[in-house]
Amino acid sequence: MPSLQRVQKPTTRKGKKILLAKEPKVFEDVKKKLFLTGRKASEVLRNCSKDLYKLSKPHAVILSRKNDILPFENIVPVENLCRNNDASLFFFSTTNKKRPNSLTIGRLFDGRLLDMVEFCINDYKSFDQFTASIPAETKPCLVFSGELWEQSQELAKVKSLLVDVFRGEVIDAVRLQGLEHVIMFTATNDNILMRSYQIQLKKSSTKLPRVELEDLGPHIDMVLKRTKFASEDLMKRACRTPQEAKSKPKKNVSKDALGTTHGRIHMGKQKVGTIQTRKMKGLKKTAAEKRVARKSKKAN
Amino acid sequence: MDILEDILQKEAKKSEKYKTTDVEKNVELELDLGNLLALDTNDLNLQELKSHKEKYLLNLARDNTQLLLNKLWDLPSERREDIVVAKLPAGTLRLPREKPCPKPKPLTKWQEYALEKGIKKKKKTNAVWDDIVQKWIPRFGYKKAELERQKDWVLEVPGNADPMEDQFAKKAEKKKEKVSKNEFQRLRNIAKAKKIKVPKEGLPSVANPSSDLLNTAAKVARVSTASLGKFQPKLPKEKTLKENVIAPKRVKRDHSKISSIDEKSSHLKIIDSILGKKPKLDIEKAVNRQVFQEQHE
Repeated sequence: MPSLQRVQKPTTRKGKKILLAKEPKVFEDVKKKLFLTGRKASEVLRNCSKDLYKLSKPHAVILSRKNDILPFENIVPVENLCRNNDASLFFFSTTNKKRPNSLTIGRLFDGRLLDMVEFCINDYKSFDQFTASIPAETKPCLVFSGELWEQSQELAKVKSLLVDVFRGEVIDAVRLQGLEHVIMFTATNDNILMRSYQIQLKKSSTKLPRVELEDLGPHIDMVLKRTKFASEDLMKRACRTPQEAKSKPKKNVSKDALGTTHGRIHMGKQKVGTIQTRKMKGLKKTAAEKRVARKSKKAN
Repeated sequence: MDILEDILQKEAKKSEKYKTTDVEKNVELELDLGNLLALDTNDLNLQELKSHKEKYLLNLARDNTQLLLNKLWDLPSERREDIVVAKLPAGTLRLPREKPCPKPKPLTKWQEYALEKGIKKKKKTNAVWDDIVQKWIPRFGYKKAELERQKDWVLEVPGNADPMEDQFAKKAEKKKEKVSKNEFQRLRNIAKAKKIKVPKEGLPSVANPSSDLLNTAAKVARVSTASLGKFQPKLPKEKTLKENVIAPKRVKRDHSKISSIDEKSSHLKIIDSILGKKPKLDIEKAVNRQVFQEQHE
């Protein structure tokens, strides 16, 4: 097992494995989410947290107690809670007269705050209000509709955060019949609408399936309120990929139009004159011929 | 001609039965297939959004999902464990990591030395054959410790050692020293890796030391003399703590174990040496003094 740079050694093997799992890796696992409540909770926010928790199980933790935290004033208590639970995404829900039903979604890098966005939930429809269902841990397709996602700088960063939250596991191959979930985010001038549907693939006249959608839930209408984004260089540092993760292009291998793979091997210079070949006595030079060759060489 | 018309009619019927998989959009979607992500920058129909919100959103989602899945169906597929999967390309959207990139750990003092000398690790067996007990015993662990305790019911006193020495205590002390040496070396390696400068003697200096730290520092300083702090005067309010005191072990001679004959002889020896002391007589000096006295009489 690799060693830990810790003064206090873990006493059990299981404890050591847990600590090693928390070390930085080349290819990272799914980001763990932390759901917590502020000074006052509300029915809407409680249902919202529960539903989003169900979507993210088992990579999520709900903290049931109320905390006297204000993220936009002091983020340190949230950072500490996330560090204890090994989470890098948090959903902080509070409600007060000034900001009713406010859900703050944020992400951390290296235990410190990276981005934070506050949404005010106007309308919420839970899973229970719809009949459709999907199996647990399905990777969703994400759709962002509206030109504002690209035009507005702020919304572009919000989009990056939302993708990070709902993306799930990073995969290299997908079973096409298993694409059952799609989440759509629509950005209008006033608000952001989140809709979640179950994909049903129907037969069509071509080999491509006809897509039909059914309401799955949760459906959230939210308004973007306060934001706190990371500085450019912090974001740059957070997006850095290690050398081992970068895919190196394979050189000297090519595929032609017919699909056959061609490879090029580089060999050194061959000494054609001294290659060991089969000896044919009849082709050997006689003594006379050798004398002639020597004479001609001398003349040159 | 009739056959051709029939076929064409059949095809037309077929395509009527099924709904189309084509979607028309003014601006093409920006797709990131690696993340199953689609970005639709077409204008939203705000009127419909206001009047028939849910219906409009459902249709919009359906159209965009259709386009996304159409592209996904075009991807090359392969077979993995009896399941046909489509190979996704790498995602284009750059998302931040949750932890910084892992840095290569610096080599420890031993690892550097081994690399330099070309020493390679030898694979050791899990169990070792023990002849005395005639069993396979693990190389380390509680089973080995149990066996060692059984084997050590008696310990030989080596030829040149003091017969009064406690061999068991000596063995335990040696083990303790080994363990603490190993711990010291481990901490030294960690300090080297984290580039923390540790002074050769004493404790490292801290900006605001706590009372525990100061007490430890005082203890360490007291014991850092040649006689291990035995003759060090106490500071006015210093408390001598019995535990964790680094002091030399006093060899207690058990006087009850010496025989009476030996005791008597050793005591008599001491008395003889005191009482049997005769003054040293310098004959030459005495003679010279006598001669001087006789000369001056």
